[in-house]
Amino acid sequence: MDSKYAIEMRGITKRFGHVVANNNVHLELQKGEILSLLGENGSGKTTLMNMLAGIYYPDEGQIFVDGEPVSIQSPKDAFDHGIGMIHQHFKLVDVFTAAENIVLGLDEEGKLDRKAIAAKVRVIAERYGFDIDPDQKIYEMSVSQKQTVEIVKVLYRGANVLILDEPTAVLTPQETDKLFAVMRNMKADGKALIIITHKLHEVLDVSDRVVVLRKGEYIGDVPTKEATQQSLTDMMVGRATALNINRPDPVDPHPVLEVKNLTCVDKDGVKRLDDVTFTAMGGEILGIAGIAGSGQKELLEAISGLYPVVSGEIKYIPDDGTALDLRGMDPMAIRKAGIAMSFVPEDRLGMGLVGSMGMSGNMMLRSWKKGTGPFLKRKDPNQLAMEIWKNLEVVTPGIQYPVRRLSGGNVQKVLVGREIAAGPKLLMTAYAVRGLDINTSYTIYNLLTDQKMKGVAVVYVGEDLDVLLELCDRIVVLCGGQVSGVVDARKTTREEIGLLMTQFRKEGATA
Amino acid sequence: MSEITRKGHAQEPFIRISKRGDEMPVWKAWGIRVIGLILALIVSAIVIYAIVKLNPLKIYVSMWQGAFGTSKRTWVTVRDTMTLLCIACALAPAFAMRFWNVGAEGQVLVGGIATAACMIYFKSLPLPLLFLVMIIASIVAGGIWGLIPGFFKARWNTNETLFTLMMNYIAIQLTAFFVATWENPKGSNSVGVINRQTKVGWLPNLFSEGYNTDFGWNVIIVLLVATLVLIYLRQTKHGYEISVVGDSENTARYAGIRVKRVYIRTMALSGAIAGLAGFLAVSGASHTISTQTAGGRGFTAIIVAWLSRMNTYVMLVFAALIVFLDKGATEIASSFGMNEYVSQIISGIILFFVLGSEFFVNYRVKFRGAKTGGADK
Repeated sequence: MDSKYAIEMRGITKRFGHVVANNNVHLELQKGEILSLLGENGSGKTTLMNMLAGIYYPDEGQIFVDGEPVSIQSPKDAFDHGIGMIHQHFKLVDVFTAAENIVLGLDEEGKLDRKAIAAKVRVIAERYGFDIDPDQKIYEMSVSQKQTVEIVKVLYRGANVLILDEPTAVLTPQETDKLFAVMRNMKADGKALIIITHKLHEVLDVSDRVVVLRKGEYIGDVPTKEATQQSLTDMMVGRATALNINRPDPVDPHPVLEVKNLTCVDKDGVKRLDDVTFTAMGGEILGIAGIAGSGQKELLEAISGLYPVVSGEIKYIPDDGTALDLRGMDPMAIRKAGIAMSFVPEDRLGMGLVGSMGMSGNMMLRSWKKGTGPFLKRKDPNQLAMEIWKNLEVVTPGIQYPVRRLSGGNVQKVLVGREIAAGPKLLMTAYAVRGLDINTSYTIYNLLTDQKMKGVAVVYVGEDLDVLLELCDRIVVLCGGQVSGVVDARKTTREEIGLLMTQFRKEGATA
Repeated sequence: MSEITRKGHAQEPFIRISKRGDEMPVWKAWGIRVIGLILALIVSAIVIYAIVKLNPLKIYVSMWQGAFGTSKRTWVTVRDTMTLLCIACALAPAFAMRFWNVGAEGQVLVGGIATAACMIYFKSLPLPLLFLVMIIASIVAGGIWGLIPGFFKARWNTNETLFTLMMNYIAIQLTAFFVATWENPKGSNSVGVINRQTKVGWLPNLFSEGYNTDFGWNVIIVLLVATLVLIYLRQTKHGYEISVVGDSENTARYAGIRVKRVYIRTMALSGAIAGLAGFLAVSGASHTISTQTAGGRGFTAIIVAWLSRMNTYVMLVFAALIVFLDKGATEIASSFGMNEYVSQIISGIILFFVLGSEFFVNYRVKFRGAKTGGADK
């Protein structure tokens, strides 16, 4: 019963279909310890933690709590074992107060005694140094306050093990410092904590030990004292694997898109893009690297007129050299201005395509406005659909078959095929090969390279560094909404990009 | 240890329900619906016998006679089917956009008010002009009633279900106000039949002289509306915009569709057609206006539109079924001296099975241990 470890995970494997999210992963968490779980996007960190929190159930392997083998089948089981997880996306009821959210779902006997709850919440808050008003409604709270409610909620249920999934992604540096102070207080109280983060300086700052995952595999663990940013990056990104993507030299590069000092703010007032400047050249593929949520989505959407711009310039330079400012234009205005821009968004079925329509209907998404009169012209889109069906070998029973029912790779072929068929001068793609098998991925790489050879400016937002290094000509690295570097893809290394991805500019770093 | 691991894996559930991957062939889908109808008749036969100890076959014959017993009854059934179909057609554009317009009731009422007002105030106009004015007035009134929630949704993203629902109550109060204004005779608390003597503004018979013996014009107007709505939804740019907005607002914005404009325009159209149904209800059927003019058909039409997946021709089938059940239920209640609830139970059972068969059309049900493919019904 009295084990040294609060949590032990042994030989954990989790598969989703044919994708192995975790393969034979080991993890030990000591009592009174802050453990960092580090890894690139898609390395399986969140999946692993979700198995502790009872959201997923491992296919293989065993979890021990206090040395006892346990089976965690639901979040309730997790709580019963004293494990609480604070998710990236908060799960709070907006119109309830902090206290009401904290007790939500607890089946306590008797009447809801708000005073007693508030008192108990205050005790917890005082003990660990939280700043919380139990009677405040959630919708009146800042992001950091909401996070506090989530943490207190977990503590209220008596958690001894807390898992924080990228808690600092939404916080300002000052709020991060506050959170870390609270975490240290909890540690001093004997609680064990796991923090998932991409930011190396935070790992070094707050944790005692680091466990590194890469592509679902357990790579190793090191005491934080012995680690440096460089050594952790090496563990995280590993050695480069050769993909042999065909990369011809750029032809006659000329600027097509100039973005200057672009700044965007989201609904909650958080800066998503901060003073971003870069140029995309015709005849080359410009890669955009960065940890998920560093502003990639907002950048592409701002350029295509789907995300509000606070300040800065977005200049499109057609062949005749007269620059056009795209700021303030919506997609229809951009198209009407004759700007040949194509965009393959990250959310294929939620933004790029209409899931309930067939290939033919989806081709019309670009051309529906064409022609005079109130009626749709179906002939050209049908023909285009037939061509894409044939040329890209889309597996579908027919061009009227709803694309929602196609496999991911075929959905992407439809989307990329349509966007290329529009004859763009600027082609932007977001995570174009996510979830695709090797063959389809190479099809997409080749399509993009063909476009580059035709003089198109291709912008490729990617997450796999190996692909970025072999496919692109130049790479812009984003970190926290800022450009942390622009590198030549032929000369740089994984390590250099890895460091840039986690390196905040001075004002972004914790003091 | 291994035992614990095994325990963790959930046992296969007894019944598994999954959405069908592929649409089933049309004949199979209609087969399931027909089986549903037959089962409904069998179950209600048992219920009838258990409760009132009557021969179920007699009851069914009586239901049929209630709907189609005489030429007059047949025409009334047809007329009411057309009105219901017209309201369902009104809902189709809104529902195709995933805009839950539950305000057809109110939109029909204001269309009816506009029609009645024209009949009362413009009775000296030449007849063709009067009908034109009545139709335009009803369309405009319904259109405005639909446009308001559309505008609020576009501008402030208000919840359209609540908004359209509350607009119904305003329309009912408005109707009550006009009933009081136009009360005839005084003290009756009703408008009475408008232009009872002159029959000005009554939609005339199509196939013969006079009024109220055939409702050919209702049929022509509504079938025209149904055809136009179907073409509008399937063949026009507007219809395409509606489908895209209904699927994903983000995709619509990405495609350069002005989403707000589509919301407002489509809701105005939806309300306008419902307003036209109000015209049919007043000028083409009751020749009066009351808070009962819509009579819940604004809600019944939701079922009709939804079951038909916005195909206005399929709506005809479901509208006819519902009106038939209604007429049949009224008939058996009166001719067997039954409590009205019994007849409502019967039409309830039939509706339940017909709606229930949609579940089997859309979902696959598998029992534990069954081979893949599973039982369909």
